[in-house]
Amino acid sequence: MTTPNPSPKQTSTPSFFDNPKNVRWILRIFYLLCIVLVALDFIVHRHIYLSFEEIPAFYAIYGFIACVVLVVLAKLMRLVLMRDEHYYDKQDGNNDDLASTSKEGES
Amino acid sequence: MLTYSIPAFLPFFAAAALALVLPHRLRYLLILVPLINGVLLYASGLQTTEFTVSLHTLNLLLVNVDKLSLMFAYLFHIACFICLIYAMHLKDRLQLVAGLTYAGSAVGAVFAGDYLTLFVFWELLALTSAFLVFARRTASAQATGLRYLMIQVLSGVALLVAAIMYFKQSGSLEITTIELKTTASYIFLFAFGIKAAFPFLHTWLTDAYPQATPVGTVFLSAFTTKVAIYMLARTFPGEELLVYIGAAMTCFPIFYAVIENDLRKVLAYSLINQLGFMVCGIGIGTALALNGAVAHAFNDVIFKGLLFMTMGAVLTRVGHVNGSDLGGLHKTMPKTTLFCIVGAASISAFPLFSGFVSKSMVMAAMIEAGHEYLWLMLLFASAGVFHHAGIKIPFFAFFAHDSGLRPKEAPTNMLIAMGIASILCIAIGSYPAIVYHLLPWDNSYQPYDLTHTLTQLQLLFFSALAFVWLNKQGLYPPELRSVNIDVEWIYRKAIPNLGAAMFALSNAVLSVAKSGFIAAKALIPNKGKDADASAATMTYRMVLGFVLLAIVAFVSELASTL
Repeated sequence: MTTPNPSPKQTSTPSFFDNPKNVRWILRIFYLLCIVLVALDFIVHRHIYLSFEEIPAFYAIYGFIACVVLVVLAKLMRLVLMRDEHYYDKQDGNNDDLASTSKEGES
Repeated sequence: MLTYSIPAFLPFFAAAALALVLPHRLRYLLILVPLINGVLLYASGLQTTEFTVSLHTLNLLLVNVDKLSLMFAYLFHIACFICLIYAMHLKDRLQLVAGLTYAGSAVGAVFAGDYLTLFVFWELLALTSAFLVFARRTASAQATGLRYLMIQVLSGVALLVAAIMYFKQSGSLEITTIELKTTASYIFLFAFGIKAAFPFLHTWLTDAYPQATPVGTVFLSAFTTKVAIYMLARTFPGEELLVYIGAAMTCFPIFYAVIENDLRKVLAYSLINQLGFMVCGIGIGTALALNGAVAHAFNDVIFKGLLFMTMGAVLTRVGHVNGSDLGGLHKTMPKTTLFCIVGAASISAFPLFSGFVSKSMVMAAMIEAGHEYLWLMLLFASAGVFHHAGIKIPFFAFFAHDSGLRPKEAPTNMLIAMGIASILCIAIGSYPAIVYHLLPWDNSYQPYDLTHTLTQLQLLFFSALAFVWLNKQGLYPPELRSVNIDVEWIYRKAIPNLGAAMFALSNAVLSVAKSGFIAAKALIPNKGKDADASAATMTYRMVLGFVLLAIVAFVSELASTL
């Protein structure tokens, strides 16, 4: 059912995203769109429902900060919560279990 | 007008029976079952015949038709249709039979008009779905399947207990709104809460979904949790507690999703996050909120199914879905990549994709209900879901660093299934009316206004900007082969360890007691055949006996005064 890829070929025709130039252009367009979206915030009159929303570009700021906080906290969580891949398997003393999961991980 | 007049779940069970014996090359016929059944049911609509079964003094409402149950029934037909197409490359009868009975049980459960009927389908859901985990046929999937089954059956037993208590109090088994006051109502909430993956009851989901077969997970993601959402909408609409539970559900899983390596487990966490939005909507209980919850359930089945399908395709072709070992797959799986991006855009609620409308309904209802700070939590979760499901899944699987893997494109039937789901995501997002006129409560909501489109785009683009920035700074947590401890630690580690410790302790106590007893016995003079039973030893023994009695009497006296 699950067929591990038999022969990972290292050489193939480079795709559009392999060229760093293209990636740079995509990012440039992306930054431009971000700037446009913030600029629009000052041009368009938004409907305001909540006091928070009065802050200029509230959604942009909130989105950025939310994601940075999310990632930083998640990284801290790793210190406490992260165990190695076979953490639960070791307990069982069940060798079959351990063998099958490790095989899966490496395939 | 055509009237649909058989219980709607019957064709599914009949198809499952057929799937057992059908020659492999005729399996395509099975796809027609949910399709035709769904079209007939849709044509019949509210005219669909209701069924009552009399069991001794009990009247069971086998099929109860209203807009809410119909909405979920349509959804389950669509889901089953897509799942079956996705499964057509399989030669494994077990998954087809389990999948069809599972879908049939879900349809039966949403039409159930009383708790006893519901209980039967509730347990069938548990039983049939477990086989989609077992069908992976690895030792760890067997263990996971058993854990999954135990928790699911526990939910069913809780439902039965609550139903019996409810029946004794009210004399009725009919499913209506329940006030969260009696013990029975709390047990109901517990039973539904297990299947709806409430916090602390959610680990069965994150445990089983990544372990099931590629096809199995797509089935699993569609039915169990949505039946639970349906039941919550039916029994606890407007229950304040649910708003807080829902808000918690939207937030905590995204932290796990960010650091999780198994991409199907990331999706499992993000499924809980989406369920949180629905539970919030149900908790608010206004027409807008309930419609939002139901619409979000509808969309979630399709876009989450789509994402699970793309990861299932990767799993089928590569053999694992570990973010740490994937990357660059867009070169050889371009179509799957495209479908994954559509699913990612939908779950992130990009304008013109399906999640946009339903999520904004719940958010707008949240503001109307005056929960400003919970609204901020939901907004945080919206940004977070884009971060982990919208960017992380497509990026680490299909782009990122080149892993050197060059798998074949997904099988054609999988591509067709993903294509249908993608078209639905875009169609429902762009023309919401095609689904939203079916919503059970009367409410008109206009999602596409300038404010809302702009603010949502700002939120999403700057979440993406944060991702780009963190990646460039090297702050983004790398994908690592690891396990992150969740609540399941209690029953997978702590309780087994505690049990082993108790066993060792009781063994130690026993051996100490044994040696103590032997020592004590040695103190008592032996009156064997060749021992000299003098008066002195007899007296000594009697004294020992009296002292012992006195101690026992003293202890029992002390115990009674305490």
